[in-house]
Amino acid sequence: MAWAGLSPEEKRSERFKRWLSPPAVKFSSPQAGKLYKDRVTRFAKALQLQKPDRVPCILPAGLYAATYAGTNLHTVMYDYDEMKRAWLKLLHDFEADTYIPPALVPSGRALEAVDYKLYKWPGHGLSTNTLSYQAVEAEWMKPDEYDALINDPSDFWLRTYMPRVFGALKAFGQLPPLTSFEEIATMSFLSFGLPEVQAGFQALLEAGRETLRWAAVVGEVSQVALQAGYPGIMGGLAKAPFDTLGDTLRGTQGIMMDMFQRPDKLHAAMDRIAPLAIAGAINGVNAANVPVIFMPLHKGADTFMSRKQYETFYWPSFKKVVMALVNEGILPILFAEGSYNDRLDIIKELPRGAVAWYFDKTDIFRAKEVLGNTACIVGNVPTSLLMTGTPREVKEHCRKLIEVCGKGGGYILAAGANIDEGSPDNLRAMMEAVKEYGVYR
Amino acid sequence: MPESYVNLLADLKEDEVLKLTKKRIDSGEDPMKILEDSRKGMEIVGKRFADGEYFLPELVFSGELLKQVTAMVKPHMSGKATQVKKAGKVVIGTVAGDIHDIGLNIVDFMLDVNGFDVTNLGVDVPADKFVKAMKDTKAPVLGLSGFLTPAFDAMKETVEALEKAGIRKNVKIMIGGGQMDDEVRKYAKADAFGKDAMAAVSLAKKWIGVN
Ligand code: B12
Repeated sequence: MAWAGLSPEEKRSERFKRWLSPPAVKFSSPQAGKLYKDRVTRFAKALQLQKPDRVPCILPAGLYAATYAGTNLHTVMYDYDEMKRAWLKLLHDFEADTYIPPALVPSGRALEAVDYKLYKWPGHGLSTNTLSYQAVEAEWMKPDEYDALINDPSDFWLRTYMPRVFGALKAFGQLPPLTSFEEIATMSFLSFGLPEVQAGFQALLEAGRETLRWAAVVGEVSQVALQAGYPGIMGGLAKAPFDTLGDTLRGTQGIMMDMFQRPDKLHAAMDRIAPLAIAGAINGVNAANVPVIFMPLHKGADTFMSRKQYETFYWPSFKKVVMALVNEGILPILFAEGSYNDRLDIIKELPRGAVAWYFDKTDIFRAKEVLGNTACIVGNVPTSLLMTGTPREVKEHCRKLIEVCGKGGGYILAAGANIDEGSPDNLRAMMEAVKEYGVYR
Repeated sequence: MPESYVNLLADLKEDEVLKLTKKRIDSGEDPMKILEDSRKGMEIVGKRFADGEYFLPELVFSGELLKQVTAMVKPHMSGKATQVKKAGKVVIGTVAGDIHDIGLNIVDFMLDVNGFDVTNLGVDVPADKFVKAMKDTKAPVLGLSGFLTPAFDAMKETVEALEKAGIRKNVKIMIGGGQMDDEVRKYAKADAFGKDAMAAVSLAKKWIGVN
């Protein structure tokens, strides 16, 4: 039957089947193949509110591999062989349930080629031993540019936003709208002849070449992990429209002013961004062959806005994105950064078993009570404990989480946020805890 | 009129506030009185925030409103403004390596509307800069903000730097922000952890002895 004719549930089951038996993967041994299937099944069941063989665990190791392997982020952003060495070391040293390949370690050289200004990274605006790259929150989009964004996002991106966030593309502000190519185009070519515009294209070409080299290594690491039996769990990333605007376009200050001064424009912009977010997410998931997408949620948390503001400004367009993905058979893991204590009954309204909620600081025991029958719960060993506690304390905390949240299935053990350094024994303690306390009988 | 001016500001009625500000200036009123009224309005904003009626968007917006009012009033002020009496001095800042300032600015706002004389050192503040500020201001209270796990060490180093400078015993140190909690407070050897800006206010009040 044609894809479009399938129901959301049928689509999900198709996608999960493909995740379980990835067509292009040759496992390194029958044992690896079996472990792969066990692991995917463990996550698939927990995510869909069932009881797996035991509670699965996601280790909080986004960029951790670098410090763990005795190198640092700066080095691996520029030296792909070192990146490979570090990430493979982490892969082989922990018998984890899933594996996060270095796809979130950007190529330093590609970013430099285009003079990226939205981020600083070790050795580029930050000291070389800094553990993470950092977003630069600023008013990258001005308050009077809403109409430009709403009328034609691509044009706004090409001629206004990209020239700002990529220093090397500054001259793209001089390009004509691409829709000016009509009939016998003459003047439309003109700005493409300008040396500074050409330099911008050269920079993009260079970033592209560098990214191909980088992607080959990331791809290799991912393949090794899959062949060894470790599934990925992040088919891609997506954001809530409010966060896209609040994080990288208007900034926190800007978007909060807009809530008062131009709420209609803000709503129109979020409506415009939603379908773009949906299309991007579906493409990512299809390419990765993992039916799960990760959505980090920023500025709708308890301390950012009132309940009413959440319901007015944050929830509607966010829900639209989530439901479009669900209807495509994708299961979003919604990562509520900060706390969502005052949102639990609102978010409960999503269909049963369709999403997972990953909590950072939220009272997760209450979350289990309120949401336990409708959504898988993920979380939330405090990073402070992982960084300053002993393995025994970590394990004990995990035991409590597993006992309460793990009850009846639908639970994945994870930390409140990623850690970039710290004792590997504390991560091992998380794995020990799921194996010792998390088995369902 | 001042009464309703204060309320208009507290209710964030932008147009009305700006119109009325202009009217008061044009009528030759003492600019200090207008500023005093806006301070009262901001006090109410702070109170509503503490009560959970206002949130971050209201703080941001009221801050912007106040900026506009001040800009209108300033040119009409003769000489320098007499400093309003303050409850005591507090130095705050986000520790080295961390650039999160949304929480920090709320803490600043709440301390300020509660009458404290706040020195906000901003973000990514190295330990020695905190030490210097504590010496210069002689403030009895220091508030460290941090949102990242690497900030745990930066906080610890800041406390140690104060020790080394021999001024640790004169200073009460509170920490707060994102990934912070009482574990980190112990690790950094600070005096208290505060979970929100209201906690910062009550800790400062307790330590300085205001009520
Ligand atoms: C907004 C945000 C950003 C913005 C910051 C904008 C700004 N101008 O501050 C930007 C996009 C720049 C950013 C960047 C990064 N961020 Co950030 N960010 C957040 C986010 C979503 C919200 C933090 C926030 O501002 N909360 C709003 C405040 C108002 O809430 P609050 O904490 O309740 O505030 C109260 C208390 O904290 C308290 N308080 C605060 N300070 C103090 C001080 C004292 C003395 C007291 C008593 C109380 C107190 O009072 C406040 C008011 O009541 C959090 C996740 C989250 N929701 O917590 C991640 C988060 C903090 N970021 C994180 C990360 C990893 C980063 C980056 C490394 C990401 C990246 N790759 O770019 C960079 C690091 C930059 C750096 N060096 O600091 C992680 C940290 C994880 C970790 N292990 O360290 C978090 C937890 C997200 C996550 N779950 O992974 N971030």
